[in-house]
Amino acid sequence: MIRDGLWGLLVEFEDPRRLVAACARVRDAGYRRWDAHTPFPIHGMDEAMGLRGTRLPWIILGGGVTGLGAALLMIWWMNAVDYPFVIAGKPLFGLPAAVPVAFELTVLLSAFAAFFGMWLSNGLPRLHHPLFGSERFRRATSDRFFIVIEAADPQFDRARTRTLLESLGGTVVEEVTDEAED
Amino acid sequence: MNRATIAAEIDNTAYDPARPTELVLGGETFTSVTDKICGIVEKPRPPRAWYIAITVTGGLTAVLLAAVFHLITTGIGIWGVNSTVGWGWAIVNFVFWVGIGHAGTLISAILFLLRQKWRTSINRFAEAMTIFAVICAGLFPAIHVGRIWLAYWLFPLPNYQGMWPNFRSPLLWDVFAVGTYATVSVLFWYTGMVPDLAALRDRATTRWRQIVYGVFAIGWRGSHRHWHRFEKAYLILAGLATPLVLSVHSVVSFDFAVSNLPGWHTTIFPPYFVAGAVFSGFAMVGTLLVPARQWFGLKNFVTLHHLDNMNKIVLATGSMVGFAYATEFFIAWYSGNPNETFAFVNRAFGPYAWAYWIMVTCNVVSPQLFWFKRIRRSLPAMWIIYIFVNIGMWFERFVITVTSLSRDFLPSSWAYYRPTIFDVLTFAGSVGLFLTLVLLFVRYLPMVAMAEVKTVMPAASVHGGPAHPVGDYHGDIPHGAAPALGQEVRP
Repeated sequence: MIRDGLWGLLVEFEDPRRLVAACARVRDAGYRRWDAHTPFPIHGMDEAMGLRGTRLPWIILGGGVTGLGAALLMIWWMNAVDYPFVIAGKPLFGLPAAVPVAFELTVLLSAFAAFFGMWLSNGLPRLHHPLFGSERFRRATSDRFFIVIEAADPQFDRARTRTLLESLGGTVVEEVTDEAED
Repeated sequence: MNRATIAAEIDNTAYDPARPTELVLGGETFTSVTDKICGIVEKPRPPRAWYIAITVTGGLTAVLLAAVFHLITTGIGIWGVNSTVGWGWAIVNFVFWVGIGHAGTLISAILFLLRQKWRTSINRFAEAMTIFAVICAGLFPAIHVGRIWLAYWLFPLPNYQGMWPNFRSPLLWDVFAVGTYATVSVLFWYTGMVPDLAALRDRATTRWRQIVYGVFAIGWRGSHRHWHRFEKAYLILAGLATPLVLSVHSVVSFDFAVSNLPGWHTTIFPPYFVAGAVFSGFAMVGTLLVPARQWFGLKNFVTLHHLDNMNKIVLATGSMVGFAYATEFFIAWYSGNPNETFAFVNRAFGPYAWAYWIMVTCNVVSPQLFWFKRIRRSLPAMWIIYIFVNIGMWFERFVITVTSLSRDFLPSSWAYYRPTIFDVLTFAGSVGLFLTLVLLFVRYLPMVAMAEVKTVMPAASVHGGPAHPVGDYHGDIPHGAAPALGQEVRP
């Protein structure tokens, strides 16, 4: 529900302590499409925002298992099936000799899964976001803390949401517009 | 902050278990951290010393390119290797640079898992140094193969001859170990840097900076929903990098240990190489960090407490290396194997005795000075010891590689190895490449992990009182820190 280009409302804090308490209130007010923006991860925010765990560890486990399996299969097929040759009297395929490469590929694919899985599930990379239109929001990566409630939230109401945000003890409440209106 | 506090070193090395050590000094705030770290990168021009330095190191890099060009067009005969000593400086340099590359991941991964919060000030710098060292390391195996245009045979790529690489060879394990290490180090470094790149993007005043930092910041906006997954991924990457860093130098040591040559064929090699790698890596981090904190005004972040801790690690790993040298000798005697005994007596008293004793002096004797508090806290003293360790660790690899090869089982094939000018120029050039990359890094990228440093500042603690004992980016906060679901909150 985007009305007259309004994308959402933000409230700014100078102190992380206030932010955590404020987040708990937004959470209890029942909003869904909202977020907190901070220059560094703050402990206690998962609870305050009501965030649950992430599937990321399972994705990474999948990457690791794929790496391990692919490495063993590759070594066995290349050295014992497709191009077998005896060297130094060693068996064509022996598990001990396969351990280093299998280990490295397990780590490599797990790391790829962690890296790409994390950024993609965060919806990044992304070239633009309505929040980047706010001059004030630029300090979110330096020394200011923000709570943002999107206009698309079913509970969003310009006046009531504004009142809630103003009551949170932040320094200022600002409207964020979506310049790239659709 | 007044001038007096800038000039004097603040001694925050005393340990009081009742109080957390202050990791950021000088009354810094979130704002001043961003201003100071970003400010280094945002200056319109770097100091004159930077231009002088990069001219010198850039010149050395040009020397490297010329030496490599000559090598490729002429052949490895331009080096000092002969039919007895087939592995010369190329392998020595490879192992030397890979070893240096271990400190970064140790600091960023192992110290992270061990909740050593002091790592936050130095991990970005150490990780960058790791990546540059691994780039230098990777160069040598690639060029030493002789016919460099066939270097792709190292990889399991389908080819017209229907051949595959031999996976039972430690040299191939090396390809995977170093390749994985380089890749994972870059991913880890870049992941940690994205929030800081976003800070640079948000402060950018020129179009050019906005675009470049904007692209590399990939749209990061500090969302806590993102931080939530970011911390999890960072923790798991640290968990993956920890066994990885131990595996890399173990695999490098297999290049030697899996052979049958006396002096190489020993089971102590993997742990001994790993300890040596950490030792040399910390020495190199210190070599670069001590001047960098001075020149770029980072004394409030890289405090004496940080350097003191690093020196303790140098002392510990240096002692491990010394213990390994002693164990090798003991086993050579105790095994009763005449070839093994000869290899070690030859190492210490043969034609390369000079190299051996340089190694022992630099690696075993010099770090023992760190038992003294005053030396651990003296900037000139520690810097000189770091230089000694750098030299000693290069000689360690030289001693291991060359002494065993130059006198093996067959006395008629014994030979003495001498490097040529091209060996020297190639190594000097690789130092130039390494330092050039370091200089570009300090000019264009945030050299202290701002987002992480902010997490260990008292102001970041949401509980009041002393800083929370749980470290940065762990995301394992116990319950009770925030109001529970349904609990009423009044500001």
